[in-house]
Amino acid sequence: MSDIALSTGRVHGANRTGQLVVAGMIAITAVILLFPDALSALAKYPDGLVVPFKDWVGAFMAWLKANFTWLTRSLAAAIDVPLRFAFSLLAKGFKFGNGETAWTLPRLSWLGVTAVMVWLGFNFGGLRLAVLCGLGFLALVFFNVWDNSMLTLALIAICVPFCIVTGLFLGIWGHLSPRANRWFIAPSLDLMQTMPTFAYLIPMLLLFGASPVSALLATGLFATPPMVRATILGLNKVPQEIKDFADMAGCTKSQKLWRVLVPSAKPSLMIGVNQVIMLALNMVIISSMIGAGGLGYDVLLALRALKIGQAMEAGLAIVIMAVVLDRLSQAMAHKRPEAVIAAGFWGRHSNTVLAIGMLLGSTVLSIAFPAMNKLPDSLTFTTAPYWKAGVDWITINFFDTIETMRVFVLLNFLNPLRASFEALPWFGILLVLTAVGWRLGGWGLALVIAVLTGFCATTGLWVPAMQTLYLCGVSALVASALGIPIGLWCSRSDRVSAIVTPIIDTLQTIPSFCFIIPVVMLFRVGDVTAMIATVAFSIVPAVRYTNHGIRQVPHQLIEAGIVSGCTKWQLFRRVQLPVAMPEIMLGINQTILLSLSMIIICAMVGTRDLGQEVFKALSKADAGRGIVAGLVIAFIGIIADRLITAWVNRMRERRGTA
Amino acid sequence: MSFTLTWKSAVLAAMAVAAPILAPSSAGAVESNDPIKIVLFDWTSAVLNAKILGGVLEKLGYTVEYPTGDYLSSLTTSLTNGDATIGIEYWDTTAGEAMKASEATGQTERLGTLGPKAKEEWWYPLYMKEKCPGLPNWEALKDPKCAEAFSTAETAPKGRYLGGPVTWEGFDDERVEALGLPFTVIHAGTDAAMFAELDSAYQRKAPVMLWIYSPHWAPAKYEGEWVQFPEYTAECYTDPKWGINPDKAHDCGKPHGEIWKFSWAGMKDKWPVAYKVAKAYQIDVADLNELSGEVDLKGKTIEEVAATWITANEAKWKAWAQ
Repeated sequence: MSDIALSTGRVHGANRTGQLVVAGMIAITAVILLFPDALSALAKYPDGLVVPFKDWVGAFMAWLKANFTWLTRSLAAAIDVPLRFAFSLLAKGFKFGNGETAWTLPRLSWLGVTAVMVWLGFNFGGLRLAVLCGLGFLALVFFNVWDNSMLTLALIAICVPFCIVTGLFLGIWGHLSPRANRWFIAPSLDLMQTMPTFAYLIPMLLLFGASPVSALLATGLFATPPMVRATILGLNKVPQEIKDFADMAGCTKSQKLWRVLVPSAKPSLMIGVNQVIMLALNMVIISSMIGAGGLGYDVLLALRALKIGQAMEAGLAIVIMAVVLDRLSQAMAHKRPEAVIAAGFWGRHSNTVLAIGMLLGSTVLSIAFPAMNKLPDSLTFTTAPYWKAGVDWITINFFDTIETMRVFVLLNFLNPLRASFEALPWFGILLVLTAVGWRLGGWGLALVIAVLTGFCATTGLWVPAMQTLYLCGVSALVASALGIPIGLWCSRSDRVSAIVTPIIDTLQTIPSFCFIIPVVMLFRVGDVTAMIATVAFSIVPAVRYTNHGIRQVPHQLIEAGIVSGCTKWQLFRRVQLPVAMPEIMLGINQTILLSLSMIIICAMVGTRDLGQEVFKALSKADAGRGIVAGLVIAFIGIIADRLITAWVNRMRERRGTA
Repeated sequence: MSFTLTWKSAVLAAMAVAAPILAPSSAGAVESNDPIKIVLFDWTSAVLNAKILGGVLEKLGYTVEYPTGDYLSSLTTSLTNGDATIGIEYWDTTAGEAMKASEATGQTERLGTLGPKAKEEWWYPLYMKEKCPGLPNWEALKDPKCAEAFSTAETAPKGRYLGGPVTWEGFDDERVEALGLPFTVIHAGTDAAMFAELDSAYQRKAPVMLWIYSPHWAPAKYEGEWVQFPEYTAECYTDPKWGINPDKAHDCGKPHGEIWKFSWAGMKDKWPVAYKVAKAYQIDVADLNELSGEVDLKGKTIEEVAATWITANEAKWKAWAQ
């Protein structure tokens, strides 16, 4: 008891000093701002002191390329084999021979693939899921995006198992060795998730070549972290009793791991699998830029020709694929393994045999009936003209109103805000952030934050970093201001929730590029468009976590509130909101990270910050410059994440729900 | 007994049967059956040219693949190590520096010109001429009233000029300063965004001045004109003394130029005939505009259009292979 009392006392004491220290640092910042001439070296990072990180990274990449190309290339060649097989099987067909004498074994028929999807849906999720899978895949056929959808599906089909296995093993390592987890795995995961993919495209291209393999590896780097995290979390959460039981039953180490721990952690693992699928689909646009083709390329090509409708259809095809795969993988996770009653080959494998039969049968038939290989164009249809007409109608009728609003927001809010962020002195911010870090998380956190902030300044990218912070900050603020109330509303009404959920699912999976171009037609290029696109994407976790947080407030607490005579408002204000606060803060944390991930896309509509820096590096094939700019973006994300997490932990501690 | 065969061993058996089929067939008429890889960029004419050249090479017996790639970085990445064999459209106007950097590596080869001339310049829709009658002469833009006609609320009283992505070699900020134009340069991040703004403005007959290039579908779809700046010369970009402004470079229009084909340096030895064809491949500007129009404005697929050209020009490409 006295321990607790002591430590609370210490926290309170630290609180007061902490506040003083932070206030002091803010005062120093203000002084630097007030005397910009006398203290110019502290306000604007001196050019002479810029550390040439990008040259070092560039030189390291060149060395890597010169000495390890044989390794990376043979790795690429090995991965290429299954990938090519999948491409041929699903999309291109197997071609034999060359030139005029070549003949092709047809790809799997669309009818067969759709039938198998329906069958899978039916087996795991009943009629509803079967209908969803069937309609989804038929939509791909009839909207004439089948070819590219299958290219994308093939990439996903090879990539996802690859990510899952890698993620599982890394996760097991992290579970078995907490030290490796703390010093190596966790920081690497943070970096992989916050570093924009564009930043490492050039090294990818140099080491692994411009091919679907590079695209697969880039996708893997981005999509694997949630699997690792889910594995570590799941294994660590396995109750001690189960572990003891395994020991008592005389399991060997590997038996304990594979027969006891991993199966017990299955629900967590399946969440990881699900996230891997979603993130992999998020990457299709980017992977199409380094040789993957598929739906992402469709979107890019259509937008370059301003075919908004076609781009939208290709984008929606990605959404359809994401929804079907997501629901299917969730259904598979929930289905409990049935005891194998029927013995023998047929009993165990009837489903597999049936599925292969459907695929083979329809494919063989497709040799006789070409319509089963590729649906004739006359039967496909498109909604493209309607999208275009809709956007045109809005443009013609509402542009002037929108323009007035845009100019007002830009001149009165965004531009002044941007200017003040650009003026922030690097040294002052370094001090303030470090002090906040120390106050929230002690010396360790303070050190991490000081190093990361220092890196942003010493690369000479301070001003672009502040511009990035401005755009992300504003967008995250707007997204939270809109998203949290929507989340609250959802939490109070199942009907609202049922309407909002598919909308946010779509926002999360549709490539932002699809809707950013129509937004440009209404809002011109520049910060307002960038902000709208960012908010549309990053609002999702704010809604989702708020909804989830309020809904999982323990029933006893609410009843206690009602019994003690709370009004509805008091119940919400005094019980639900405080209890759900850590969850809501996590949502805001995710919102910030997603806003950061949009920085690159925003550079495509004319913002000038770190995103633009990454693009310049990309076009000059300058690996060092891209990676350094990417690291700065990643570090901004990590700083925000660490500070918010520390704050949430403190909040939990104070409430005693840690 | 036989049913204890699991499906795994069934697959193995099937593979054993298939192995002789999968093995590379005997060398045909061509030097190498390895795929010739033509990079696809994300605009219509580049895909069209790639598919035409690729179609011709396939008719000659080669295996052709079309990886997708990024325009500028492909010059110094995939083309230098043979990940891509041919890049079909590199414009003097936007990739001049990148092409020099690529040649400097010694691992790529400039295959000669594609045929059509690249033109890029400031462009405005015809209806803007009423508000600024001195156009297309660039000096009309110096008139504050004319610049104001091109302004928006956040640039007023200066005109607004929508430039290309900062990665393109545009030098518009420098141009505006050197020529003393009362204009603010706004950079679109991608050309998709640029043309989205044009389309929106054109429908509303609203003022717009932007960077357009040709061959492209936009000058065919929208009625408008190029601004006539002092003619570009190489000295204008490097020598401040050249031109009307004695203190600054870039006091002239944008360069016109050629569109170049590039190949991986190893192509010459590996596929000599294909190399010859790729080097000889040219298409005239009228053809290219018409074909692009078929795709972008009439909605035909690129493959259809490419196939039509190949059939219609059989004599031409057969001569290239001789």
